[in-house]
Amino acid sequence: MSVLLDFLKTYMWPLIFALVIVGVLPLLAGYVVLLERKVMADMQARLGPMRVGPHGLLQPIADALKLLIKEDIIPESADKLVFWFAPIISVTAAMLAYSALAIGPFFQIAELNIGLIFIVAVSSMGIFGIILGGWASNSHYSLLGAMRSTAQMISYETAAGLALVGGVLLAGSLSTRQIVQAQAESGVWFVFLAPIGFFLYLVASIAETNRAPFDLPEAESELVAGYMTEYSGFRWAVYFLAEYANMIVVASIATTLFLGGWMRPFSGTEWLNFLDFFPPFSFLVVAAYCFYRTPKQPEPIQSMVMALFGGLCLLLAAAMALPFVPAFAASKPGLHGAYWFLLKVTLYIYTFMWIRFTFPRFRFDQLMRLGWYFMIPLSIINVLGLGVYKVLRQLAWGVLPALIVTTGGTLLVAIWLVWNAQKKIAIPGSVSGMTEAEG
Amino acid sequence: MADTRTSGFPGVEQTVLGADEIIINMGPQHPSTHGVLRVKLRLDGERIVDSECIIGYLHRGVEKIAEHRSYTQFAPYVDRMDYVAAVSNGLGYCEAVEKLLGAEAPMRAKVVRTILTELQRIASHLLWLGTHAIDIGALTPLFYCLREREEILKIFEKYCGARLTTHAFRIGGLQYDTYDGFEAEVKRFCLDFVHRVDEYEQLLTENRIWIARTKGVGVLTAAEAIDMGATGPVLRGSGVKWDIRKAMPYAAYDKYDFEIPIGKNGDTYDRYLVRMEEMRQSNRICLQAIEDIPAGPIMGKVGKVLKPPVGEVYHSIEAPKGELGYYIVSDGTTQPYRVRIRPPSFINLEALDKMIKGHLVADVVAIIGTLDIVLGEVDR
Repeated sequence: MSVLLDFLKTYMWPLIFALVIVGVLPLLAGYVVLLERKVMADMQARLGPMRVGPHGLLQPIADALKLLIKEDIIPESADKLVFWFAPIISVTAAMLAYSALAIGPFFQIAELNIGLIFIVAVSSMGIFGIILGGWASNSHYSLLGAMRSTAQMISYETAAGLALVGGVLLAGSLSTRQIVQAQAESGVWFVFLAPIGFFLYLVASIAETNRAPFDLPEAESELVAGYMTEYSGFRWAVYFLAEYANMIVVASIATTLFLGGWMRPFSGTEWLNFLDFFPPFSFLVVAAYCFYRTPKQPEPIQSMVMALFGGLCLLLAAAMALPFVPAFAASKPGLHGAYWFLLKVTLYIYTFMWIRFTFPRFRFDQLMRLGWYFMIPLSIINVLGLGVYKVLRQLAWGVLPALIVTTGGTLLVAIWLVWNAQKKIAIPGSVSGMTEAEG
Repeated sequence: MADTRTSGFPGVEQTVLGADEIIINMGPQHPSTHGVLRVKLRLDGERIVDSECIIGYLHRGVEKIAEHRSYTQFAPYVDRMDYVAAVSNGLGYCEAVEKLLGAEAPMRAKVVRTILTELQRIASHLLWLGTHAIDIGALTPLFYCLREREEILKIFEKYCGARLTTHAFRIGGLQYDTYDGFEAEVKRFCLDFVHRVDEYEQLLTENRIWIARTKGVGVLTAAEAIDMGATGPVLRGSGVKWDIRKAMPYAAYDKYDFEIPIGKNGDTYDRYLVRMEEMRQSNRICLQAIEDIPAGPIMGKVGKVLKPPVGEVYHSIEAPKGELGYYIVSDGTTQPYRVRIRPPSFINLEALDKMIKGHLVADVVAIIGTLDIVLGEVDR
């Protein structure tokens, strides 16, 4: 009997989690798209989607259905097999990366001792989907998009990887679970110990997920849609899904490594324990708003959906309140951990959107210059700085002095790099500027 | 494969790295060629080796149509040329025919024309700013710009019933007098708009990426700009102080006090600054003009049937995009013998090939945006 239980425990939960991820991640990505459109609308003085469902809440589902029933077009001159296979590579890589990430202490498919390396390795496979898709389309726009993507990936993966090394140095482990535990033990999130590392990862992860201002591979005003110009219907949707799933993955990595993972803010401070009531309370507020708006919907069906969403939020609030019942107190880390984790992921993604709607797009050579002249040197120096920090701590320095010395030193180097790069800026379009950027 | 890739340019050359040059078709269906402009680019990697502009996809034969319409009937057609600045087009045509007739519009009509034309300049520049920013990748300014443009279009709609192709003026004056509350509405818009321009500038002017993308891109020196016949903000961005509103005042411009902003380097950033300042100056003109609109008739003395004497006339105005000229030849009948239009967009577009050579693909859209072309006017 216990053998069977062990078997179930070892294989059953991961299987269920895997199914949940395959099932929920696309839905989540769809709602991230809705969130993005709503945030964009908010910043641009308009309402965004309002028609499908109350406040556009059913828009992602309607979009997915529409894309599913669209005609599937493969260009005549495309390499059909590669064209067919490329989006699948992208989306598989994005989903596979999630297998080693822990959403809360309980919800994790596989606890790997090389977790972070696995995630970075697998998620960078996604680029093959972009390159192959761009090449197989046999179109110049797609080719240029794929070309830009390749160059960008090589430059920014390095910086992102080195920024992660900083966090790993502090934690002393590659396992996602142990990284969070290390933050719990040190009592402070690594974003405060390695602010420059976090900043580097933020910038590099925007570039890695091809988001504005680094969205050159799909710059719609230059390359129409870049590598996915020739894609339509559900194949296009799969690319889109991969892109948003990737966003969730990088946000999860940043959350795990720098933002304390599933820990509540100030989890070590006793008198702030009332923050434990925040998860059920926040859902209650959303539910109350839904019920408040229900009678004001223009159509009866929209009222119904609104009430349904309110009910769903009530259910979630009840689930979040479950740990306060003594009999179920053990469920607290799992439930609240997932809540805080996802909240942090959402905030990180919100930052992405905020940046996207504020800044213009970089040009290719400027992107390369930023990557090679600034990001990569600084991320190396950052690793060095954190190494020095570790040594100083071992020499019994206090946290604060050690932090000030190392971060200050790294900052000085950053300023020098910016100043130096400013001097080197060549006249755009001139031959010397180009060879410098490409070389 | 090889023949489709090399068609159009004889002799595709080998590049430095031994790769083929690629030939890429930008447009006529492309998100940022502003209509149906088609640019054939020969690329070495992403660098532009050669380019060729292909136009004519929106050709409607406006000049030929004029020969078969009476002077009055032709007036609405000019609105369809630069459709984002229809009021300016109408003003140029009406004044040209008035000159041919020897008639003059009454003062009240002239002042109202000035106000509406300057509002149209603001609206046109707003659309330019929004699309230019979106070409360079800043998504948000467009919506702020359209919000203010909407206010202007509402004023037009209240005045003459149309928003875009307004046909606001008549030969000899105005068809409609201003509506009740026109002055108050324009004034409220103008007082508000000053702060709105600051808002756009806050998003872009000192933005490092914006500066990096526009400074030194698409440089046109003053001499080159004059050689090309460029006019409007493109010419002024290169540092030439030439504005027909000052040089050969028409409508009621000689009554008002305004500056002509000019740039220094003739790059995309300077042209951006020039247009931003122009919006402020237009605003200033509107505020001055709205203070006292003279009373009096709105139509001058022109007959019901327009029969200009035999002769020819050239009249040009400063449209938002540059010098918009009408050359009309009359043979003494009710229909013009020939109408030739000097569209600013068409002539400014000639500078494109020169400006984009050696730049990257991303700069092409920035430079097309900075030229502020409207294909309805280029192709006519």
